Amino acid sequence: MTWLALGGLAVLAVLPAVLGPYALSVFINILFYAYLGQAWNIVGGYAGQLSVGHAAFVGIGGYTAAVLAAETGLTPWVGMLAGGALAAVLGGVIGYLGFRFGLRGFYFVLLTVAFAEVCRIVASNWERVGGAVGLYITFTGDPRQMQFQDDRAWYYIALALTALATAIVWGMERRRFGIYLTAIREDETACEALGVPTFRHKLGAMVLSSFLTGLAGTFYAYRYSSLQPGAVFGIPLSVEIVIRPIVGGAGTLLGPIVGSFILTPLAELSRAWFGQGGWHGAHLIVYGVLLVAVVLFLPQGAVPVLGRLVRRAAP
Amino acid sequence: MSLLEVRGLSKRFGGVQAVADLSFTVDEGDVVALIGPNGAGKTTAFACVAGFLAPDAGEVRFRGRALRGLAPHAVNALGIARTFQIMRPFPRLSVVRNVMIATLGRHPDPREAEARARAVLDEVGLAARAAVPAGALTLAERKRLELARALGTEPALLLLDEVMSGLTETETERIVGLVGAINRRGIAILLIEHVMRAVMSLARRIVVLDHGERIAEGTPAEVAGDPRVIEAYLGEEHAGAAAP
Repeated sequence: MTWLALGGLAVLAVLPAVLGPYALSVFINILFYAYLGQAWNIVGGYAGQLSVGHAAFVGIGGYTAAVLAAETGLTPWVGMLAGGALAAVLGGVIGYLGFRFGLRGFYFVLLTVAFAEVCRIVASNWERVGGAVGLYITFTGDPRQMQFQDDRAWYYIALALTALATAIVWGMERRRFGIYLTAIREDETACEALGVPTFRHKLGAMVLSSFLTGLAGTFYAYRYSSLQPGAVFGIPLSVEIVIRPIVGGAGTLLGPIVGSFILTPLAELSRAWFGQGGWHGAHLIVYGVLLVAVVLFLPQGAVPVLGRLVRRAAP
Repeated sequence: MSLLEVRGLSKRFGGVQAVADLSFTVDEGDVVALIGPNGAGKTTAFACVAGFLAPDAGEVRFRGRALRGLAPHAVNALGIARTFQIMRPFPRLSVVRNVMIATLGRHPDPREAEARARAVLDEVGLAARAAVPAGALTLAERKRLELARALGTEPALLLLDEVMSGLTETETERIVGLVGAINRRGIAILLIEHVMRAVMSLARRIVVLDHGERIAEGTPAEVAGDPRVIEAYLGEEHAGAAAP
């Protein structure tokens, strides 16, 4: 298992050498969404608290770093951490409200969506941060300002982020915190009876998850040199974040990565394909069909099924 | 000082007075049974003791400490563990993981928690099923798992809510033996039970509830001869749901 992981990491590390510019950008997206999925996986997959408002953390993270850079000249490398911290604060507020008042299932989903929408509306109307037009970052190509002449830098940053988040989840699975989360997902009442402080653990999962998601906001802002409220706070991004770990296997270590390797190329292909015919947004139909198929035939996601196949092939 | 002291406990659900002015005590190492017809308020009383329900009036003290306002996990940390009448295993987790959730509270290192969990599974006779997902267990095995998990939290007082209902006679006897052995280790037990033979052989004292009120208390022999108890149960026999 360890060798497989290191082998996979080694292949991914040398991959940019053989990729063309388009394939490279697809792989950057694969890793970026794998990272976001892994961050979501902590609270949505392991703890079973379905947040469909994670775009809020991406937006908060991105705006924080970009505004700090514009107003104080702070390098986004540090602004990234500030953005993560602010996202964690928002995650803490959402988690506190949701978990203190016992919002479960759909009600928690609605709470998270509502917070993300409020963030979007605030950002759209706040002229200091660009209002509805958003923020544009002047391209200088200076790595100290997280800007690069060569896109391979983004690839390696995305790879490092994915590896980091996956290592955190790997460690979590082996500690009391992560083991508790898997039980909280199954039955919170039984957990309480067995001495598990469920509130504190759900809140911890939410804060950690929103911090990591917030880091991705800076990546997004500087990779595209721009931030629009609709794009970074909107429901579509929240759905993109949620759907990969669900298809890959929510609450599994490799689920978000496998899910992203399945869905991201599919999204790119169908976007390119349907986009030419003027069918913008048709890739969402592909998503919808795939999600229905996963729910019907692989409710645990792809990873458990792949695991069984691997074990059958190599007994 | 009693280990558990329940005084004047009352709980109402809308128009139903589930528990009314209930008082009883459980001493260190004691076995007390809470019996009564269905709907007498036994499970509600349990839920109030374990922190799952806030009583309307009265208080619960454990080792002299008032439990009011404590969350269930905090009550558990003090040394009270409950089982659920309708068992609540974590179905997708393995049997040993299920018990680890309980042992991790006092043994934060997962390796130590797992060793403790395996020891508890040994004690309740589920060691052979450790790797199976809990959802795949039989009814009798799930009852044992429920017991194992409660034991895994290393309680001083164990609240058992009908751990024998629905079991065959041999299975019941094995659980009675198991509960007796747990008690001999010094763990006090408060049990709700409909299986009278089990109650009579295990309990040192019995508290009888009817319509939320205590109608009798005493040794098994005293309670069995009490006319009010017989009356309460005869009513139930009429309804065709008598305990054997």
